[in-house]
Amino acid sequence: MDFFTFIKPKNELESSMENSKQNRPFVPDAMWIKCPGCNTMLLATDMEENLKVCTKCGHHFKMNARERINLLTDKNSFEEFDKELESTNILDFPNYDKKLSDAKSKSGENESVVTGRALMNGIEVVLCVMNPDFIMGSMGTVTGEKITRAFEYATKNQLPVVVFTVSGGARMQEGILSLMQMAKTSGAVKRHSDAGLLYITVLTDPTTGGVTASFAMEGDVILSEPNALIAFAGPRVIEQTIRQKLPKDFQTAEFVLEKGFIDAVVKREDLKKTIVKILTLHNYEAKEGE
Amino acid sequence: MSAYDKVLAARDAKKLMAVDYISHLFGDSFFECHGDRRFSDDKAVVGGIAMMYDMPITVIGLEKGRSTKERMERNFGSAHPEGYRKALRLMKQAEKFHRPVLCLVDTSGAFCGIGAEERGQGQAIAENLMEMMTLKTPILSILIGEGGSGGALALAVADEVWMLENSVYSVISPEGCASILWKDSTKAAEAAECLKMTAKDLFDLGVIERIIREPKADNQNMFESLKLLISRTFEKNMSVSTEELINNRYNRYRKIGDCPQEEVIE
Repeated sequence: MDFFTFIKPKNELESSMENSKQNRPFVPDAMWIKCPGCNTMLLATDMEENLKVCTKCGHHFKMNARERINLLTDKNSFEEFDKELESTNILDFPNYDKKLSDAKSKSGENESVVTGRALMNGIEVVLCVMNPDFIMGSMGTVTGEKITRAFEYATKNQLPVVVFTVSGGARMQEGILSLMQMAKTSGAVKRHSDAGLLYITVLTDPTTGGVTASFAMEGDVILSEPNALIAFAGPRVIEQTIRQKLPKDFQTAEFVLEKGFIDAVVKREDLKKTIVKILTLHNYEAKEGE
Repeated sequence: MSAYDKVLAARDAKKLMAVDYISHLFGDSFFECHGDRRFSDDKAVVGGIAMMYDMPITVIGLEKGRSTKERMERNFGSAHPEGYRKALRLMKQAEKFHRPVLCLVDTSGAFCGIGAEERGQGQAIAENLMEMMTLKTPILSILIGEGGSGGALALAVADEVWMLENSVYSVISPEGCASILWKDSTKAAEAAECLKMTAKDLFDLGVIERIIREPKADNQNMFESLKLLISRTFEKNMSVSTEELINNRYNRYRKIGDCPQEEVIE
């Protein structure tokens, strides 16, 4: 029993909770969210209104692909590509079918990336947004295929590409075929680049493994959300390999910025205007009549 | 041989390493080049120029080393970013002089460490993938042992990829896979089966063009026939136009994981 139990008069709910193990006030789970950055309890609605950023310390919570698309694109301008493409268990990998169907129901998406065409302040772009709710944004063959098609579309139509990454890396349940997506997407990025077109990447927490070692690091301009984990090998793997503790800020966006691998760390609220600014600096203009 | 037996064979310190292939295939004609011109010389990557009959070629290998001392020096074949940048430098040099590039891949993976991360391991690999995709000279990659994920792929974006019969190539080590999936790294043998990582598996999946018989150290004839095979492949690829060469290379990867529900956007 803590100190307050003695002095605070109990209401009905509290009394009924008294014998429960945790002995905590009754609150619906979805109402409060604990910020992993500063341990503050945040009212879920406040956090949602603040673009899923902690109102106290500025910690950026994960956002799914649809939320990002709504945040970034002009109203009703997003036209999705290849929505129906979905992964199959090509290698007959154990439990992968279940993992896929769980991921689909959890995320409401068919794959770990949503691709399409949209307007940002009237400027037409091809947008690929990865989804943390789908097997932690891991890259399967369909992920690679959708990104490749998006780049090919952009190359053909002379459009810039903006990619939001969040990924645990290549998807091991698709074995070597997922590894090959690193080469495939890199090829499509190169063609787009050779056509003189702009590619902006925005790295979000976490961006690791095969995605870092391919299209995430291939942008002409690379941005990141604050404090995002950006790594090739994740911290746990490194600790196991070298058997020593890693410094606290190792592999954060700010660390990677200092080491020279990204252009800027940009807060979520400033992302759209920053991207539009970069597009404008590359002479992309708002479509007529927008 | 089970898949895991192949993994063990591919890791066997007694098997032939990249430097052995270089000496058997090219003898004294090999001139070794060092350094990435940016940071240092990564000894996990050995590269240089050699004569293939009357054709100069660039050869780049991931080298694990054999003795303990050598293995330490070579960091067990796990390259740092500077290793991949050294490889890319040599490829760009090959492009300039229009020499074909032979890559010999044998690594458990790109090194996972503080320095490697600080110097941009992901960026270094990504740049290789992008640049190799349009390198204006033929590239042939042969997996001669372990093909460990992105660290192997960074030397295996090529016009053709071959594997020795006892080599393996995978997105993750079977031990790593088992510990993630079943929280038990001793189930590596099962994971090796699931990952479909043997030469036969990859050939069936359409990821490689050819499976090569393992040459024996004391049988120079086997190396001579391998050399002939390599040189014929280079000659074939040297004779096509650069544009066609690069298109073919793009399409080689483009078709991997091409979805059955193929639909053209608009």
